Amino acid sequence: MIVAEQKPLEEIGRLIAPYEKVLILGCGTCMTVCGAGGEREVSLLHSALRVAYSRSGDEAHSFLEYTVKRQCDFEFLDVLVDKVKEVDAVLSLGCGVGVQVLAERFLDMPVLPGVNTSFMGASKEWGVWDERCAACGDCRLAETAGICPITRCAKGILNGPCAGSKNGKCEVNKDTDCAWVLIYKRLERLGQLDKMRRYYPPRNFRRPRRIVSKADINLGGGDG
Amino acid sequence: MAKSLFEEKLNSGKFLVTTEIGPPKGADTTEMVHHIELLKDKVDAINVTDHQSSMMRFPSLGGCLLVKEHGGEPIFQMTTRDRNRLALQADLLLAYSRGIGNVLCLTGDSIDVGDHKEAKPVFDLDSVQLLRMIRIMESGKDLGGNDLNHAPEFCTGASVHPAADFIEPQLIKFDKKVEAGAQFFQTQGIYDLDCLRKFMQYSRQFNVKILAGIIVLASARMAQYMNDNVPGVIVPQAVIDELASAEKGKGLQKGIEIAVRLVKTIRELNLCHGVHIMAVGREGIVPDILEAAGLGASVHG
Repeated sequence: MIVAEQKPLEEIGRLIAPYEKVLILGCGTCMTVCGAGGEREVSLLHSALRVAYSRSGDEAHSFLEYTVKRQCDFEFLDVLVDKVKEVDAVLSLGCGVGVQVLAERFLDMPVLPGVNTSFMGASKEWGVWDERCAACGDCRLAETAGICPITRCAKGILNGPCAGSKNGKCEVNKDTDCAWVLIYKRLERLGQLDKMRRYYPPRNFRRPRRIVSKADINLGGGDG
Repeated sequence: MAKSLFEEKLNSGKFLVTTEIGPPKGADTTEMVHHIELLKDKVDAINVTDHQSSMMRFPSLGGCLLVKEHGGEPIFQMTTRDRNRLALQADLLLAYSRGIGNVLCLTGDSIDVGDHKEAKPVFDLDSVQLLRMIRIMESGKDLGGNDLNHAPEFCTGASVHPAADFIEPQLIKFDKKVEAGAQFFQTQGIYDLDCLRKFMQYSRQFNVKILAGIIVLASARMAQYMNDNVPGVIVPQAVIDELASAEKGKGLQKGIEIAVRLVKTIRELNLCHGVHIMAVGREGIVPDILEAAGLGASVHG
């Protein structure tokens, strides 16, 4: 899933400063799960902003809050038509995709990002998220024992570890596992070390920016 | 015909000595030129480092041009950290056109360990892919499959880490570098000669020359710092203790003593094909080390 972090309150304050009435808009999918911008975070941010403004004696700003099921999907944004008419800007707690779909849907409305979209990852323990996929468009996990060197190796290299690997950790951070040590060990366990001995040519960085999928949807008619 | 003077030396069977020069932080090359003059006739080739430890400096290629201008034999250290495949190929063409015939192919340290931590890491290729790219260019093509109007040629080297604490994946990488056409290897710093012996038992099956990396340490503190912060450096505790045993102010002397001992032993026991001395900012002491190790005579001619 997509993982993000909410921007610092000060930065959010600067972004919304020019607008009197702001809709704080959460997203019910990834941002809810990673705790950056679901219904709960919308409500907490709303309170925090209200407190901050009342402390500074600012009475010009007011807020609406709402959370849609998915900001990245046009069909879930129709419910916002009336709400958007009432405000001067939308502060989106959706990921970068959500912000852009909102901006495309509501052409006259300033849409501001309330989170920093960070990566696609998984949670190993509550509240701790690790990056797992870089969406490189050319998945090679079959060759690397299900461990991604592009995402998990600091250099994203394909032909084995660099010399900076020490105690199984990365030269960048002593707490980060060396992806190539993990890959070696798991390939060994699977009896597939030959995969590491192969040469892998330079990556193809030309990846699709649009995917057209013609799903075969059976609407109940036809032969069935 | 040999691709470079250094390649001739590689094939001559003599005990090889290389060293390296770190270019300056800034545009004043006076000190670097001084070091080139000091070293050019005492070693078989001089590496010029490529933003070592990801610290921005005068470029390796520029340093190699200076080595060449002053009559030395340069080894162009090329990392894939800062240039994509277009820039790498362009720099190789420039190097070849100016008579630089040796390239050390490295992936390079992470951006995160250097002094521009927010820079974009490139790593379009890795070291193995860089070696292969050079072989493709030698065949008269660029990496996009287009013809080159003149194919460059290089004597190519790479690095290897015999002292790695988990050697098996490092050996797989070494094999791939050999297959990709590496002709010589300069190892990461070696202190434990058993470790070098073991590696040589493995690597002697390949037709490549191994130069043992000798890092000259100046104090126990520097050794500890390098252990903690410099990728690929593992200084054993016994060496740190030996450095710590030096009288105050005599740390560097002790470090030189250790380096001399290593070089002498490697040469006398014929443990590998040569040494690569890394004085890390103290290039001026390299001639003394060579002298003390019995390698002081001029290597040219």
